[in-house]
Amino acid sequence: MEVTITVNGTAHTLDIEPRELLVHVLREELRLTGTHIGCDSTSCGACTVLYDGTPVKSCTVFGVQADGIEITTVEGLLTAAGLDPMQAAFKEHHGLQCGFCTPGMMLVGKCLIEQNPAPSDDDVRDAIGGNICRCTGYMNIVKAIQAAAAQQQAASTPTPANA
Amino acid sequence: MATETEEIRGIGHSVRRKEDDRFVRGRGNYVDDVQLPGMLHMAILRSPYAHAKLNSIDASAAQAMPGVVAVVTGDLMAQHNLAWMPTLSGDTQAVLVTDKVRFQGQEVAAVIADDPYVAKDALEKIEVDYEPLGVVVTPQAAAADGAPLIRDEKDDQSDNHIYHWESGDKDATDRAFADADRVVTLDTFYPRSHPSPLETCGCVADVDPATGQATIYMTSQAPHAIRTVFALVAGLPEENIRIISPDLGGGFGNKVPVYPGYVVATAASLLLGKPVKWIEDRTENLISTGFARDFHMHGELALKDDGTMLGLRTSLLADEGAFHADAQPSKFKVGLFHIVTGSYDMPAAHVEADGYYTNKAPGGVAYRCSFRVTEASFLIERLVQNAAYELGMDPADIRKKNFIDKDQFPYESVTGFVYDSGDYHGAMDLALEKIDYAGLREEQKRERADGKLWGIGLASFTEVVGAGPHKDYDIIGIKMNDGAELRIHPTGKAILKISSITQGQGHETTFAQIVSEELGIQPEDIKVMHGDTDNTPYGLGTYASRSTPVSGAATAMVARRVGEKARKIAAHLLEVSEEDVEFHRPNYTVKGAPDRAVTIQDVAFAAYTNFPDGMEAGLEGNYYYDPPNLTFPFGTYAVAVEVDPETGEWQVKRMVAVDDCGVRINPMIVEGQIHGGLTEGYGIAAMQQITFDEDGNCIGSNFLDYLLPTAVETPRFELGETVTPSPHHPIGAKGVGESATVGSPAAYVNAVVDALQPLGVKNIDMPLTSATVWEAIQAAQGGS
Amino acid sequence: MLPSSFEYHRPTTIDEALDLLASLGDDAKVLAGGQSLIPMMKLRFAAPAHLVDINRIEGLDAIEEADGELHIGALVRHNQLAGSELIGSKYPLIAAAAPQIADPLVRNLGTIGGSLTHCDPSGDLGAVMLAANARVVLKSKDGEREVPVTEFLADTFQSSIAPNELLTKVRITSPTGAYGGTYLKLERKIGDYATVAVATRLMMSNGSIGAAGIGLTSVGLTNIKATAAEDALVGQAPSRELFAEAGQLAAAAASPVGDVRGSEQYKRHMVEVYVRRGLTRSAEMAGAA
Repeated sequence: MEVTITVNGTAHTLDIEPRELLVHVLREELRLTGTHIGCDSTSCGACTVLYDGTPVKSCTVFGVQADGIEITTVEGLLTAAGLDPMQAAFKEHHGLQCGFCTPGMMLVGKCLIEQNPAPSDDDVRDAIGGNICRCTGYMNIVKAIQAAAAQQQAASTPTPANA
Repeated sequence: MATETEEIRGIGHSVRRKEDDRFVRGRGNYVDDVQLPGMLHMAILRSPYAHAKLNSIDASAAQAMPGVVAVVTGDLMAQHNLAWMPTLSGDTQAVLVTDKVRFQGQEVAAVIADDPYVAKDALEKIEVDYEPLGVVVTPQAAAADGAPLIRDEKDDQSDNHIYHWESGDKDATDRAFADADRVVTLDTFYPRSHPSPLETCGCVADVDPATGQATIYMTSQAPHAIRTVFALVAGLPEENIRIISPDLGGGFGNKVPVYPGYVVATAASLLLGKPVKWIEDRTENLISTGFARDFHMHGELALKDDGTMLGLRTSLLADEGAFHADAQPSKFKVGLFHIVTGSYDMPAAHVEADGYYTNKAPGGVAYRCSFRVTEASFLIERLVQNAAYELGMDPADIRKKNFIDKDQFPYESVTGFVYDSGDYHGAMDLALEKIDYAGLREEQKRERADGKLWGIGLASFTEVVGAGPHKDYDIIGIKMNDGAELRIHPTGKAILKISSITQGQGHETTFAQIVSEELGIQPEDIKVMHGDTDNTPYGLGTYASRSTPVSGAATAMVARRVGEKARKIAAHLLEVSEEDVEFHRPNYTVKGAPDRAVTIQDVAFAAYTNFPDGMEAGLEGNYYYDPPNLTFPFGTYAVAVEVDPETGEWQVKRMVAVDDCGVRINPMIVEGQIHGGLTEGYGIAAMQQITFDEDGNCIGSNFLDYLLPTAVETPRFELGETVTPSPHHPIGAKGVGESATVGSPAAYVNAVVDALQPLGVKNIDMPLTSATVWEAIQAAQGGS
Repeated sequence: MLPSSFEYHRPTTIDEALDLLASLGDDAKVLAGGQSLIPMMKLRFAAPAHLVDINRIEGLDAIEEADGELHIGALVRHNQLAGSELIGSKYPLIAAAAPQIADPLVRNLGTIGGSLTHCDPSGDLGAVMLAANARVVLKSKDGEREVPVTEFLADTFQSSIAPNELLTKVRITSPTGAYGGTYLKLERKIGDYATVAVATRLMMSNGSIGAAGIGLTSVGLTNIKATAAEDALVGQAPSRELFAEAGQLAAAAASPVGDVRGSEQYKRHMVEVYVRRGLTRSAEMAGAA
């Protein structure tokens, strides 16, 4: 059936089978392979995307459900000015090793710091409770997300120059 | 021309990783991201039975489905001599079943279709007639009289026994035990777990019918070795096989073996003339690919009453699954388990091991185990802890009393290792200081008086990595020497090609740093290539923490080789003799006239434009490194826990990890490796196991049953370091990728056992779930 | 695995949905959050010929009070419950349970209507609603009926909903007076199903317990309402001994099965421990410790 899904700001009209999972629509139809598949039991979060701004596991949503919905994937984080502060923070603080869980972690992190501008260690860990990492032991992921939050605070704090 | 020199970010710098630029953009290139024109999709039908005769397969309904291109069965593979393949342990493994299935999840048939959903639909339409047989799920059952014979197809196999292996001196050990005041015994089972990298295994096989070229994108930690195996197995000329291991989403040893899916996909591509993609799902990964551990251990430690260790005996049963497919050096049947004397000056030791076939998936040596060093480390550290209790000694004191002293290195162990260097007291003292051990023991006394159960667990591991010297180390006969190729371009940038392949360890950055250190070229100017067998030197791959010890050494040596020629060119440019040239990275200067200098970049340009008569153009080299010895990273981990006696839950209050991996190339990356390993150790200790019921049904074949810790359960870690370089490694580095997974499970378990000391609990086998801990408490208290 | 094929319908009004359910009957499943249904479809344990996606129907996602009752719309997501100020201020049992369901990503989509209709004995909200004496509102083309949750959670993965019905709302009588409630969940890790979980609530009345609710998770064929334990509490003054007795009665009402999460004996023991601890905390909250 025909659906129109907006991904990273671009509307795509696709003819897809109802049973095709959103993650496959993104990876195979739209060739956006930054969203990954790590399991088959809705357990790992490697497939996390933003669904009308809310993080969800795209392996557990049918593509047809996303008709008229705005999806953000990791590919949508890059700005005209360069890396999003979350992306930069992950690189700066060694928040990734193999990179497979990273897109999901960053998207969840972005949502978190928008709602909670100064998250504690526990706040971050709770927020990424649906995202598994096998490499990092989470320490530097937490550090990166908190650093991005601090950067966001600093950027929004008026200084004499921009008050 | 001298330049203003910025600091060269070589060894010891926490250089930010170059590979991150693509990963944070979601532009990694993992195998499932590969899409080729005309690509078909493969799905594998797997056996629901653990042991059953195959009477017939009827794929006609599947074949008739729209979108299905072919169904491959064992018969078809047998026609091309591909129904069986060699394993990395010199055994054979079924690619697709022809006679009977030998484990639940074994590959039965494969569907090739134009769409992955259709391929899965078609699996349901294949009719298989099985005749179930008796099932064996433990090595004890496999060894019993009258046990069903699993490998009946092997002429020389009349039972389920695979090997018997020994190390050490049995007589000397028996004598030591005869003299002992005390013998501490431990029987423990290291449960079956699974490395479970977040990316599963898979490949895209593209055999071009016009050229005969086979390009296989593969999740492989050892692409060169696999290429050679493919050449031998498939009869394809080796130069026509190109294996490309692109970005890997983790490996942890799961991506070393050759899996039937790779072989079937390649055969299918060859027969159909189109690329074939096979990506397993998580259930397939857990149920059929290289698992870890499943190791029954009996240990005895002989001591004097004052705590002096006299001897160690261990006997082991290895559950190898249905095919003996361990990835480990061929001379050693239980890997490097004989490091089991650990950090201690042990006068005598004897190890004996037997391996058995069972109706389970093949594997056993994986999951950051350093070739079964994690099993060995666990056994000795648990024995030592229990010995402390029996002797009424503090667990730190008994360790310190028996540690190999700093001045005893190189230390020859009674099982034949020559430990290169160590400072066990140094690491232990630092760990105890960081966790405030004395203060914690006081706190423990106070809490115990209040009825609260606090425990402190220690593990002082010495592990062994970097296989290995050509005399003793090979896998299926191929020596474990790895190579490095380095070329400096005219503009002073460089390309380094290595045979090890990263799965997240940061080789693109750290190996560049090794060259930076030697030649003064910044890491961002050095491109590191790996994973493509057409473009990299031969090597046995990345596992058992061998990249830094072997490939890293090759890299340093090739950089030095190139540096020798660079010095000659510099002398030519400076118009002095070679002896008068000094190198202060990145500048070559003249002795006594420091203002006369040329940079390495000047030298590089000159290598193509202005080189001495009689000298070949270019500035490059290659080097295959044969390590003179293995390396011996070590450390002490200390964990403080609180146990809730009512529920059996335990919480890590503090976790201190002091590691010594010799020289640290990139401290930030080293710490990341340790964080990851401590987390895997925690998962293993607290929640991970794969079990089988008596029918051989695998319980633990998805992430609902096989548990991976999230950020919420995972403890916070405090790291410390000591640095004791390896005397034989070109840059003094030892490797660290697996240390934390090797050493930490014992620390966590020792902490819980320590907490439960007042209740009389002596041992709890992993995983220590709240239920298991509670049951142990009940049992120790007489089941009240 | 991947799901088998189905026909997809997306009604925009309740009436449209009810028409579809009336005509499709057993061949259709309602798709709300999908966080239980879709995993089952991927394993092919469920293979409905039709899916009726109700996510675009307006008016089913309100959390509000009216006439001394709390009304929760069927499409209220678990995270909505967890973040609701109303729930947080007046309904501590739900406030404690919601953030413990599954993991944060699943909570963004999972709904109370879907959860209750799925009727998983390891589902958290079933125990909560049993303790809270909730009722569900079921609508069909033939009208509307209200069913107590005790009756609605009929059997394992089998609610008493008819194929032509849609759960639209959950109703709970709002507590009055001194009140406390909590949800204690033992799980091996975030996202695991509960080994054992217990919902407790206490309404005080002149120093003694006016009403008590105890719901159990993962220890029976459905969530269990520990009525014998509840009855033993009513009219009594809170005390350690009383709560211990209630714990034993609740444990006796449970029928846990031994598995990798724990033996039958362990699970029963944990029911007792959590009932006791939950009641103690509820009493403290109600100011009656």
